[in-house]
Amino acid sequence: MAKKESTFLNMFLTLLIVTAVSSLAASAVYNLTKGPIAEVARMKQQRAIEQVMPGFTSYDEVRVMPLNGKDSLSMFKGIKDGAEIGTAVNTYTYVGYSGLFKIMVGFDNEGKIINTEVLEQKETPGLGTKMALPPFKDQFVGRNLADFGKTGIQVSKDGGVIDAITAATITSRAFCDAVNRAYGAWEENKKDNK
Amino acid sequence: MNQMTNFTKGFFKENPVFVMLLGMCPALAVTNSAINGLGMGLATTFVLVMSNFVIALIKNLIPSKVRIPTFIVVIASFVTIVDLSMAGFVPALHEQLGIFIPLIVVNCVVLGRAEAFASKNTIGSSIIDGLGMGLGFALALTMLGAVREIFGNYSVFGYKFIQADGILVFILSPGAFIALGFLIALINQFTKKA
Repeated sequence: MAKKESTFLNMFLTLLIVTAVSSLAASAVYNLTKGPIAEVARMKQQRAIEQVMPGFTSYDEVRVMPLNGKDSLSMFKGIKDGAEIGTAVNTYTYVGYSGLFKIMVGFDNEGKIINTEVLEQKETPGLGTKMALPPFKDQFVGRNLADFGKTGIQVSKDGGVIDAITAATITSRAFCDAVNRAYGAWEENKKDNK
Repeated sequence: MNQMTNFTKGFFKENPVFVMLLGMCPALAVTNSAINGLGMGLATTFVLVMSNFVIALIKNLIPSKVRIPTFIVVIASFVTIVDLSMAGFVPALHEQLGIFIPLIVVNCVVLGRAEAFASKNTIGSSIIDGLGMGLGFALALTMLGAVREIFGNYSVFGYKFIQADGILVFILSPGAFIALGFLIALINQFTKKA
């Protein structure tokens, strides 16, 4: 097999052609998969909203900047028979065991938590990931964060009411942080509308 | 070398994970369940077969000084294709494997086969080599994932056979090293390598 000689010109041309063809192939696939990927993200959001705010027939999206965060939050106001039944807040925290994670929190019109749902997380499998399961997350159901004042909802180690997940206190604290951020945004939004 | 041994060498004699100890990063990181191992293995198989095919096709046109950059560009294109397709069509698995799909680009099994085999052999035997190596890699990852899932979560492919929490260490990273060590020892025992 005759190896091709490595001159400047043919090295240049080879790399140019190879990268051009590769980019074309990658962009073609991007265009093909753009639709399905967006659809997947939309379905996931829809499902999470249904989990934390059951029974709505349509929703309006609003974006709110929380007082203590770097990024705005999406809020979804659920509407059933023309009346608002609650708000689902797509919230986040930076203080998870692996940094950022995102959860959805549903509030009814009085600010009581209907339910929570984990959207995106990188917590330790088998420890932090238990935040998505009922023993932990059901502790939040029916709570109104107005009852907890300035500190917000906290784990029992910090003097709060939430029992942290065994061996995952950091995750549990982060979860409370995300819920508090959601409530803050919900309260702000309520004030603005009055 | 006849095509049958060319195909089967990837499974035991030259298994990329158990014998050559290549591709350790995904092998240790994503195998916390059998299905993750299988998904990662099949994604890698696709990339291996396609990149071996293309590299065998263009091997005589590539000046030898720029062959490594060319191989990497070819491999990266196929990885992008796999990444986007998985995000669109198998979102749950894509989410589980996360960053490790784009990282197939730097998986030394893929570049290793391109350099050691596809750049020296015919298109036909390169495809067979890619398929054998890829499936061998998938087999190894699935075995490792299954072992870790059985001990760590008492389940196989998501089917739980004991309703209890497993031995958590197997799901966490140290468990990957322990399980891999025992599997390699076991395979060495069978192949009678002193």
